[in-house]
Amino acid sequence: MIPAPNVVIQPSETLLHLDLGAIWQYRELLYFLVWRDVKVRYKQTAIGIGWAILQPLISMLLFTIVFGNFANIPSDGLPYPVFIYAALLPWTYFAQALGRSGISLVGNANLISKVYFPRLMIPLAATLAPTVDFLFSFAILLGLMGWFGIAPTWGMLALPLFLLLAVMTAVAMGLWLAPLNVKYRDVGHTIPVLIQFWMYASPVVYPVSLVPEQWRLLYSLNPMAGVIEGFRWALLGQASPDFMVMAVSAAMVAALLFGGMLYFQRMEETFADVV
Amino acid sequence: MGDVAIRVENLSKQYQISAVQHRHDTLRDQLMDGLKSVLRRHGRSRASRDTFWALKDVSFEVAQGEAVGIIGRNGAGKSTLLKILSRITKPTAGRAEIIGRVGSLLEVGTGFDRELSGRENIYLSGAILGMKKAEITEKFDEIVAFAEVEKFVDTPVKRYSSGMYLRLAFAVAAHLEPEILLVDEVLAVGDAIFQKKCLGKMGEVGRSGRTILFVSHNMAAVTRLCNLALWLEHGQLHAVGDVDEVIARYLAAGAKGCGEMRFSEDLDQCPGSEYVRLTAVRVRNHEGGVTNVLDVRFPFSVEMVYRILRPTANLRLGLRIAAHDGTVVFSTRDLDDGQEVQVRNPGGYISRCTIPGNFLDYGQYFVSFGADTPITRSHFALDQALAFRIEPTGGVGGHVADGRSGLLRLRLPWIIEKLS
Repeated sequence: MIPAPNVVIQPSETLLHLDLGAIWQYRELLYFLVWRDVKVRYKQTAIGIGWAILQPLISMLLFTIVFGNFANIPSDGLPYPVFIYAALLPWTYFAQALGRSGISLVGNANLISKVYFPRLMIPLAATLAPTVDFLFSFAILLGLMGWFGIAPTWGMLALPLFLLLAVMTAVAMGLWLAPLNVKYRDVGHTIPVLIQFWMYASPVVYPVSLVPEQWRLLYSLNPMAGVIEGFRWALLGQASPDFMVMAVSAAMVAALLFGGMLYFQRMEETFADVV
Repeated sequence: MGDVAIRVENLSKQYQISAVQHRHDTLRDQLMDGLKSVLRRHGRSRASRDTFWALKDVSFEVAQGEAVGIIGRNGAGKSTLLKILSRITKPTAGRAEIIGRVGSLLEVGTGFDRELSGRENIYLSGAILGMKKAEITEKFDEIVAFAEVEKFVDTPVKRYSSGMYLRLAFAVAAHLEPEILLVDEVLAVGDAIFQKKCLGKMGEVGRSGRTILFVSHNMAAVTRLCNLALWLEHGQLHAVGDVDEVIARYLAAGAKGCGEMRFSEDLDQCPGSEYVRLTAVRVRNHEGGVTNVLDVRFPFSVEMVYRILRPTANLRLGLRIAAHDGTVVFSTRDLDDGQEVQVRNPGGYISRCTIPGNFLDYGQYFVSFGADTPITRSHFALDQALAFRIEPTGGVGGHVADGRSGLLRLRLPWIIEKLS
């Protein structure tokens, strides 16, 4: 049993009562929730985890044909398939994490109303589960790079950092969207639209160099812009990213995360009554 | 022993009805229904209509090792209390202190995923209920054996029969080892054998010195498992004390005291369906008088008065007689004799059952009523709507004082022979 002696239950009085220790305490539960999400997702599919590879691969082909060939969008001198796949990696992760975490609380309503554990675990697990898919599709990228003769650089060592930024962005968004969805189911319907919109607001199918100089700072308020730029730099050795852009992205994520925590905590207490 | 395990002080929970009004899920309906019934009962003022107290100023203490049954009617706040103590929802006011590790069991199969195998679900559900991975691994074989699903451990649980599913789900929960166990009505599911097994396991938990809080409508189970009972009424603590005493009072209060229960003048408000509406139920003594005090020596009858609204085939009305602790003595139905399928045409009817004298022992009994169309649907089910008392006026063995056990006082053939 998880030790929780001498629990005092009363209406909460403080604004912020972050209990990060609880996350550590319940780490095994987090592991099992992530494990469940991964497992259930590919149950009874013929190619199983193959879907994790197939999805970004198909998007890559599609985008290469439409944007690379028909629309002739520049790719900063890189082969368009690699150029876009390097962006699709973090983007596919983010889109999935966002989509899943946004509806995670409602999807786990039966748990929320029947058993106690830190509610944070639910959106957290939903954002972590797609990292498994990420790892599989990452292997494909290495293959692609070999095919096009692009040698990995030392910059690749910075990749975990950018992935972390993507995870943090997804967690932050999840903290906002999941409780909102508990209250207003409309959010669940909005998320796919939001994801689509967000993709075109991020340098997935086009390079940042296409964005006019004077708009860059505003553009980098989108943390995924920083993430994707970071990925392209770390993997394909493009000009090192604008550190100003990185800093703005990171600050944005930190603000979203902090606000999300506060909001989540305020809403948390009513989940069981409303969901 | 003697140390406090749970201390509850002025615990209150208010639900805001207006805040949930625009929502679409069942909770809204549930709350509105709860509110309506509360309002009807109390005739509350308009001002309090948008909030209602599911729990109000409840205070009590439970010592370590005690097994407490929480009883009360639907909507009395039993589940709310358990939810607060399990930290699923926060109280609006007051506080509760829990000293010891808590395990709560509010449903069978919490965290089960139908797609996953039995093995996977044991780990998942175990982790969700608060067990460590190592702990689950250690108890794995025991859980599988208890659930009797050895052959199907690696089959997805969606292919399980409902009995297997329940057994596995309960097995996981039963192997939780908290110091304080909060249980809500989980025994209400499954067949009789399963329920017996669950009760046995729970009894074991109780005897091992752990503290149990047990919500149930099954008075027999509460009596068997608990030594104390806590009676909630409209969100407030009505009585707490020795289990037999509180349950006897609870049951006596629940049933109307006069041997008759008439339902609303408005037929639509009466229990029933679009086919049949029950208008009254009553107990009559052997002289035909409506009463709730009966002489053990004479037969008496229990009757249901109802209106058929549409021609109805196969309608079946029945009643169930239970003893003071909830143990069912017998149940019987008006089609028991295998009468021809009769269509009852619209109009007023009475179904009357005569119960012989010298049959039920002295004591308090409760009558529940129900009507259904077999297999198709239930029309009404009224739990313990009437109570009656069999008075010790003699009868079988009544000429000498005796405290015999059992629910029946039958005149059975005895032969006394002197051996040569």
